[in-house]
Amino acid sequence: MKSTSNTLFQGDQVKDALKQSLIKLDPRILVRNPVMFTVEIGTAVMAIVTIYSLSNGSQGHFGYNFTIFMVLLLTVLFANFAEAIAEARGKAQAESLRKTREETPARLLVNGREEKVMSSQLKKGDVFICETGDNIPTDGEIIEGIATIDESAITGESAPVIRESGGDKSSVTGGTKVLSDKIKVMVTTQPGESFLDKMIALVEGASRQKTPNEIALTILLAGFTLIFVIVCVTLQPFAQYANTPITIAAFISLFVCLIPTTIGGLLSAIGIAGMDRALRANVITKSGRAVETAGDLDTLLLDKTGTITIGNRKATNFYPANGVDVNAFTKACILSSLADETPEGKSIVELAEQSIGMAAIKAPKDSVFIKFTAETRSSGLDTPDGLRIRKGAFDSIRNIAKKAGNLFPAETEEQVRNISSNGGTPLVVSENEQILGVIELQDIIKPGIAERFERLRKMGVKTVMVTGDNPLTAKFIAEKAGVDDFIAEAKPEDKMNYIKKEQQGGKLVAMMGDGTNDAPALAQADVGVAMNSGTQAAKEAGNMVDLDNDPTKLIEIVEIGKQLLMTRGTLTTFSIANDVAKYFAIVPALFMVSIPALKTLNIMALHSPQSAILSAVIFNAIIIPLLIPLALRGVAYKPIGASALLRRNLFIYGLGGVIIPFIGIKLIDLVVGTLI
Amino acid sequence: MNTELLGVVAMYAVTILLAIPLGKYIARVFNGEKTWLNFFAPLERLIFKLSGINPEKEMNWKQHLKALLTINVLWLFYAFFCLLFQSHLPLNPDGNPSQTPDLAFNTAISFITNTNLQDYSGESGATYYTQLFVFTFLHFVSAATGIAAMMVVFKAMKDKVTDKLGNFWDFFIKSITRILLPISFVVAVILAFNGTPTSYKGKETVITLQGDTTHVSRGPAAGMIAIKQVGTNGGGWFGANSAHPLENPNYLTNMVENISILLIPMALVFALGFYLNRRKLSWVIYGVMTAGFLTMLLLSINAETGGSPALAHMGVTQATGSMEGKEVRFGPAASAYWGITTTVTSNGSVNAMHDSMMPISGMGQMFDMMINAFYGGVGVGYLNFYIFIIIAVFISGLMVGRTPEFMGRKIEAREMKIASLIALLHPFLILVGTATACYFLVHFPNINWAEKPSAWLANPTFHGFSEMLYQFTSSSANNGSGYEGLGDNSIFWNVGAGIVMFIGRFLPIIGPVAIAGLLAGKKFIPESAGTLKSDSITFGLMIFAVILIVAALSFFPALALGPIAEHVSIK
Repeated sequence: MKSTSNTLFQGDQVKDALKQSLIKLDPRILVRNPVMFTVEIGTAVMAIVTIYSLSNGSQGHFGYNFTIFMVLLLTVLFANFAEAIAEARGKAQAESLRKTREETPARLLVNGREEKVMSSQLKKGDVFICETGDNIPTDGEIIEGIATIDESAITGESAPVIRESGGDKSSVTGGTKVLSDKIKVMVTTQPGESFLDKMIALVEGASRQKTPNEIALTILLAGFTLIFVIVCVTLQPFAQYANTPITIAAFISLFVCLIPTTIGGLLSAIGIAGMDRALRANVITKSGRAVETAGDLDTLLLDKTGTITIGNRKATNFYPANGVDVNAFTKACILSSLADETPEGKSIVELAEQSIGMAAIKAPKDSVFIKFTAETRSSGLDTPDGLRIRKGAFDSIRNIAKKAGNLFPAETEEQVRNISSNGGTPLVVSENEQILGVIELQDIIKPGIAERFERLRKMGVKTVMVTGDNPLTAKFIAEKAGVDDFIAEAKPEDKMNYIKKEQQGGKLVAMMGDGTNDAPALAQADVGVAMNSGTQAAKEAGNMVDLDNDPTKLIEIVEIGKQLLMTRGTLTTFSIANDVAKYFAIVPALFMVSIPALKTLNIMALHSPQSAILSAVIFNAIIIPLLIPLALRGVAYKPIGASALLRRNLFIYGLGGVIIPFIGIKLIDLVVGTLI
Repeated sequence: MNTELLGVVAMYAVTILLAIPLGKYIARVFNGEKTWLNFFAPLERLIFKLSGINPEKEMNWKQHLKALLTINVLWLFYAFFCLLFQSHLPLNPDGNPSQTPDLAFNTAISFITNTNLQDYSGESGATYYTQLFVFTFLHFVSAATGIAAMMVVFKAMKDKVTDKLGNFWDFFIKSITRILLPISFVVAVILAFNGTPTSYKGKETVITLQGDTTHVSRGPAAGMIAIKQVGTNGGGWFGANSAHPLENPNYLTNMVENISILLIPMALVFALGFYLNRRKLSWVIYGVMTAGFLTMLLLSINAETGGSPALAHMGVTQATGSMEGKEVRFGPAASAYWGITTTVTSNGSVNAMHDSMMPISGMGQMFDMMINAFYGGVGVGYLNFYIFIIIAVFISGLMVGRTPEFMGRKIEAREMKIASLIALLHPFLILVGTATACYFLVHFPNINWAEKPSAWLANPTFHGFSEMLYQFTSSSANNGSGYEGLGDNSIFWNVGAGIVMFIGRFLPIIGPVAIAGLLAGKKFIPESAGTLKSDSITFGLMIFAVILIVAALSFFPALALGPIAEHVSIK
């Protein structure tokens, strides 16, 4: 289920968010956000001042006070709206995934008998049956049988997948459909406790916990807020000394303008939007922290197969031995592979038929196919007319030839070595114990993958390829794909050891896995992404689940994490930089009447003290909704190196943050000035 | 005019030429490498032996702070009681009286905190005993305390994952024997040969050219004046400080004294680079500090050499610039240079009356102290800067998409809590202090105190506000210079400034040491291409922006009511 819409604001979501913005005015909720909470207190004080000014003119006109009060209230509402719309979007995204698992009848097994129940009644540990055409009622693990399943409802991928008991592909997801065969499935989650449910709870805010970085930033923002409390409170005696009466409205306006309301108002929206972006990439995160950590990753462990290379090896070349006719050799290759159901075998036939131009060849009648066994490490066929064709690993075929007293041609042996050192796999073909030649199988590196690794390197992320290949082959592919390191002949514990080693060096490591034997490593990794098709153990161990089962997803996750942190950083900078202009709007306004010489500070030439203050608070309020799209979409990450990135963002959000409010406040003043 | 500016350029050039090799030398001292002053080693060993200290025993950050605070409290009591009973102590040839309790409280705190706000006048308010064995002693140990605290932070930045951060007493003693004593010795000798007194005899009676009889105070002053310049102390022998003809006799001594103000604070910046082997980082820090310093310097020199607009309106020509409150032998440019150097470094000695300078210079001086990290006091200047680095690292780390880290350590909630608190403290002390003074002045001008608030200010209006703001700024920044128009030897100012000095000294030491200690114990993260380099010009810009926006802006309304209002009203 790819995100259905990319528009930021959808009607129903906006309506829901507007309602939520009012509910969130509850101080008990708002106190979680110290910056906006102080604005709410300021608003409450302004409400009292406004009522007071009805009967007493010492605090200014009622209309003016009321306007300030309304603008402050709007500031809080805008901040609430930002959070609410982010929640609504996240929820909508999660709901659209949850919709796929509407109530469906389930065939529960009770003491060996089938019973029809509703899917919501299934509990953890229950066993149910699914047959061709059935919808799978809930998440579970196949304990018996094999089936083809249509997972397009979740992944958007229309090709059916095979799921079977025992292996690493034993998980089924609620809402998917069995296309063939019959399976027995054990329920793995309590109702309401699936990953998706957890994710929705995270987004909704009930169980959303602030991430460590969010906490640290909140502390810094609270620190700024406190500084400006001091600035504004002490200004009162200063003003008295200078015989410059300042109205409460002006004090509160100055305070609200100075404290970092922009970032304070958008902070939680940014966090939710991060999780939401992960979800749009079809990744379910179990905590906001995991997304944040993803931005910091130093090392990615990637499986070779499926991530770096396309599935399996493919035949790329035929090398006949000296004196052997190319066509005869190719024909022998096809014959030897006709019964070979492996992708490698099929690719040999394909290559022969397509590129060499051989017409389809059928095995002669009554041929005996020799299956591949671990002992002989070769396969082939015997034809009725006495032809014995074998195909296999170099040493096994050499042994066959040797036994018959035939020599292994030197130039073929040379070829075999060449292929190996180029990262390929040689398969030698013999006919009646005579060597015919060698087939080269190569791993096909995914197009574009090298660029992605280059991009990661620029971000400072090291990529490590994990493969079962021998070190020589592994090295070749690693170099060709541009990964930084590789683990050859990898066993599950090798991954674990590598992760531990990197972590001891202070690095943050991510890996993707699906099997039960990956679980410890997934748990050990700082970011463990389990494939949705993987076993329950793997999914429990990791802190993210990828619904697409796409191993390259890790790269996207890193960028989402970086975006999240960058959005926080740039908006903080922007928010604080805005203070320069706000000072120059409000401070002259406060003192100009009693100290006319200070007019020099009114560099924006604002219309009057009142319009200056009003313009500043209005700018302060409307900048929040204006930045909501940026908070939700995130600041684009560019892999151009940290210093260049800082320069860029400092220029846009720092310098921009200084200049924009000067322009904005002046423009608002031009309008407000004529109205007052 | 041009020779005046040349003098300023020469002073700065000599300072930096000396500061770089001195920085290298300081790094060698604390790295335990051999230096040509190793002949002090037996003396150090003797001190450690006598005091039963094992200088090899490594301390964690908490133990460091415990040692630092304990010894400082001890000195506080010692100084307080010496001043309270100084008239009964030996070496009092002029028969000066003891200090009142509130003055002694203020003075004792003032000297242990390296502030040296002097609400007394050296000629009449202190004895030779207290000048030497309280003030000069505290000049050395308070400066060494700052350097030792800074060394803890340096050490924490250097070593990977450790809680062993060297030995406080080792840092402390070496700061004195290897750095402060030798440099002070050289400066003292130059001063003595140029006419600064070094005599134990009391006042000399002199008959002036007019035929009047006058008494001239003397004393063993050269040594104390040397360390007050070298250790960013600033508390002089005579009331008029380095404007006094015996404390700062001629242009040469003025150059030597002024170079001494900046020398160690600047050298310590370079010491960081040599010590950590990250010289580029030093240059970035130096660049940020110098940018701030130069901006204020140019503003101030321009204002002083231009003369007072108020006088110009009256038709007075001021060919030599503004000379009110300045010494003819130094002139406006050298006075402005001193005024800025003494306030950026938290030194606080003066060679002209800051009270009489142009409002722009006054603003520059206050601004320097409000930032308190452009070079800064010995040791503590870097500690203040470190807080800005932490905040800048935090924000810029986020801006490049990584959770922030500095020198390979992640900055998290706890460090941010401390950094925010310390960044908050300075505005808090200054603004709340000044606000309290304003409050009494407005609401209780005639309260029943020995000196009524209404009598505090020699110049009410904007300048009076500046006088109060300056006093609390100087106290909180541990600077010690003052606007002399303020009646500061009174209970409110003695006690108020005393409390502010004390808090303003020790919390900004505790904070950075704690942060550095916490960071040192964290997992070390090696640098990668995604790591933000802290030794880049971009990052320098970031720190500068943080300093300006975070620290400076919070003082904007106060400055607007003081020096800015004064400036625009006399223009």
